[in-house]
Amino acid sequence: MAAVLNDPQHITQKDHQERQLHRQQLSAALGHFLPPAALLTAVEDLRPYECDGLSVYRQLPILAVLPSSVAEVEAIMQVADAQNTNVVARGSGTGLSGGATPLADGILLSLSKFSRIVNVDALARTALVEPGVRNLKISEQVAPLGLYYAPDPSSQIACSIGGNVAENAGGVHCLKYGLTVHNILKLNIVTVDGVSVTIGSDALDSPGYDLLALMTGSEGMLGITTEVTVKLTPKPQLARVVMASFDDVEKAGEAVAAVIGAGIVPAGLEMMDKLAIHAVEDFVKAGYDMDAAAILLCESDGTPEEVEEEVAKMEAVMKAAGATACRVSRDEAERLKFWSGRKAAFPAVGRISPDYYCIDGSIPRGALAHVLRRTEELSVKYGLRCANVFHAGDGNLHPLILFDANKPGELEKTEAFSAELLELCIEVGGTITGEHGVGIEKINQMCSQFSDAEREAFFDVKRAFDPKMLLNPGKAIPSLHRCAEYGRMRVSGGQLPYPDIPRF
Amino acid sequence: MTDSFVAHLQERVRGAQAAATPLVIHGGNTKSFYGAKTIGEAIDMRAYSGIIAYQPRELVLTVRAGTSLTEIEAAMANEMQMLPFEPPHFGAGATIGGTVAAGLSGPRRPYAGAVRDFVLGTRIVNGKGEDLHFGGRVIKNVAGYDVSRLMTGAMGTLGILLDISFKVLPKPAREATLRYEMDQATAIQQFNEWAGKPLPLSATCWENGIAMVRLSGAVAGVEAAQKKLGGEVVEAAQAATFWASVRDQRHAFFERSESPLWRLSVAATTATLALPSAPLIEWGGALRWLRAEVDADALRQQIAAVGGHATLMRAGSGGISGAAVFHPLHGKLAELNRNLKAAFDPANVLNRGRMDNIAL
Repeated sequence: MAAVLNDPQHITQKDHQERQLHRQQLSAALGHFLPPAALLTAVEDLRPYECDGLSVYRQLPILAVLPSSVAEVEAIMQVADAQNTNVVARGSGTGLSGGATPLADGILLSLSKFSRIVNVDALARTALVEPGVRNLKISEQVAPLGLYYAPDPSSQIACSIGGNVAENAGGVHCLKYGLTVHNILKLNIVTVDGVSVTIGSDALDSPGYDLLALMTGSEGMLGITTEVTVKLTPKPQLARVVMASFDDVEKAGEAVAAVIGAGIVPAGLEMMDKLAIHAVEDFVKAGYDMDAAAILLCESDGTPEEVEEEVAKMEAVMKAAGATACRVSRDEAERLKFWSGRKAAFPAVGRISPDYYCIDGSIPRGALAHVLRRTEELSVKYGLRCANVFHAGDGNLHPLILFDANKPGELEKTEAFSAELLELCIEVGGTITGEHGVGIEKINQMCSQFSDAEREAFFDVKRAFDPKMLLNPGKAIPSLHRCAEYGRMRVSGGQLPYPDIPRF
Repeated sequence: MTDSFVAHLQERVRGAQAAATPLVIHGGNTKSFYGAKTIGEAIDMRAYSGIIAYQPRELVLTVRAGTSLTEIEAAMANEMQMLPFEPPHFGAGATIGGTVAAGLSGPRRPYAGAVRDFVLGTRIVNGKGEDLHFGGRVIKNVAGYDVSRLMTGAMGTLGILLDISFKVLPKPAREATLRYEMDQATAIQQFNEWAGKPLPLSATCWENGIAMVRLSGAVAGVEAAQKKLGGEVVEAAQAATFWASVRDQRHAFFERSESPLWRLSVAATTATLALPSAPLIEWGGALRWLRAEVDADALRQQIAAVGGHATLMRAGSGGISGAAVFHPLHGKLAELNRNLKAAFDPANVLNRGRMDNIAL
């Protein structure tokens, strides 16, 4: 696909030689303690690391390392610090904002070998895991104890817990069960100068400032996570999902507000629009209503008595809000079938379009109808289809813009569409990213969401951990200079003055 | 009026920064006993008060820091909602700003979350006199570092809280409190076992051979759990009084002695600790209150050895000479905390020394 971070043609001969020299020096220093298989320098070996889940941005790192112990991570950071070299940490590489996109002059540090569940304490309801452990593996491992790890991002089959911490990942159940920040107790991190530090504790709080909260969602810019203690939640005895159809998207949006207004905190509350429903139904046959303009999936969990009481309330609210049909899952198989469509929404949309671009804005639920209307208008304006899936209970939107990167100008149009949608989220009192992170993707919109002084305060936080700015620099927090450039580039209506030039 | 309050506040902080003279930020002064002694010019936040936005259907509340907890809880009660972390009231004038700054949560904490878990956004004035917004009014937000949660429990040493947004929740439809006669070790084991089951627990407490367990949730769920757990049902008004007395430290345990009060925060499953007197236990075992004259260093070593930390919550009538309030920090962790303090408040003017484990 099109855009790359650094156009190789712009790298001069001199740059190339310096880069080679730098690579040799780094390799020599790292080779003292890393086995050859854990130190990758050949282009073909680096290729798998050139992008994360946001594959429109690709960049080869100067080299990649695959440490297998905390001591190795410490030593790598000491070398990087001594040679003033940038480091980008990476888990499974499923992130959607380019947080793990390598830097041309940086080391790519993969934590894939940190894949052990070290300890499960059933009585304390905690698990000590290494950062490369996949999210779903934790729940699978502790299932026999009647426990699970609550945050369940759609990519949970593949995404790693270290990446979840870096992005403060959510999922479809976080209105009731919280985000990553609510479900971890303790981290071990390696600082930029190669020192291990324990953040948080096995108790419910720790002395000093709340560094655990600060680390969560910090996009690999404050330290390298080498161990995570997660909280485990008792599995509810029963869960049932109410699937309601609406003939109008705005009515579905109203129903979301009505559910919350009725004092219900659903275990999950998700919405899909017609385009998403059709894409999904063709793909996984989840039994969705093909005539609906929108469907809501509303889950209740708890004891059988609680669920019965709550499902009845949910059904009543949906009907009062104008649902044209309402189905309640009869058993666990049917519940999973209803969810299978929602969980497969991204790949399903991938089948009906050569490329799609996922947006992650979050808004107050009350603005849902307005934002949906504007999204529709923008879709017409840019001539690009847009499938809408939402974590409606949290107000977290995932519009998927459908485009074809091989058609000249479509990626740029998509980016402009996306930028305008994110500006809209800010305008209605929301945020540009609910759970995917800023990375490199949304860095320009950070200029709109935060003032110069606020962004400087973020840099002050960064410097408190990383004075030389070596950890994943250039991500998440834009410089004053970059924001000045973005300000000049933005003109009303979202049309960029030179849509053909690469801007990243 | 609020604009001029903020402008004036910024001016005062800038002046203090220039002269390196400390400021002491306070609300209702109901928690002035908590934290190390600090001196300086007083900044009274009570003039900066009021609910800015409260839309029950959004489950979000935004308030000014000087607003009293009583006012907020009354507004929320009208909508059958609550602050889920059950904030302590150590006096009638307790403000929401002080609650967030102190980072203290009540009996519901282990089952619903701490004050930091419900803070969605803050507006602050930092030690440079800058007016800054972090986070927001939405449930999910990962734009920028989580500075709002960092402010929680920072004792006003990083910034002066102005506006705070919270996620709020509906009040449970039913609550029930059960009473058991039980020794300490059994209570710790039992609290943890129950917490591992899908039961609607919302508070636990053990003191002097009596365990109390509160259930909250849907009517049917609470009734079903009640059948499963047995115990003696405590009458509703009596139960409410009991939990409020634990939350606000008015329970007889807190009042019967004039010795220093230690707050021991440990892993919930930590076995019975060898202490000079029996503790009051909350949070399923994770919080143990000790009222005793002890050697502070020895107690801290004992608690650190089990992975916890000890805070001198109240010095007692005699006071303790030389003992730090907060558990000391060491090495790199101490350095990171110091760096953050310097980043937000380079001249060390905000509540200077109040957190005695973070010294610039």
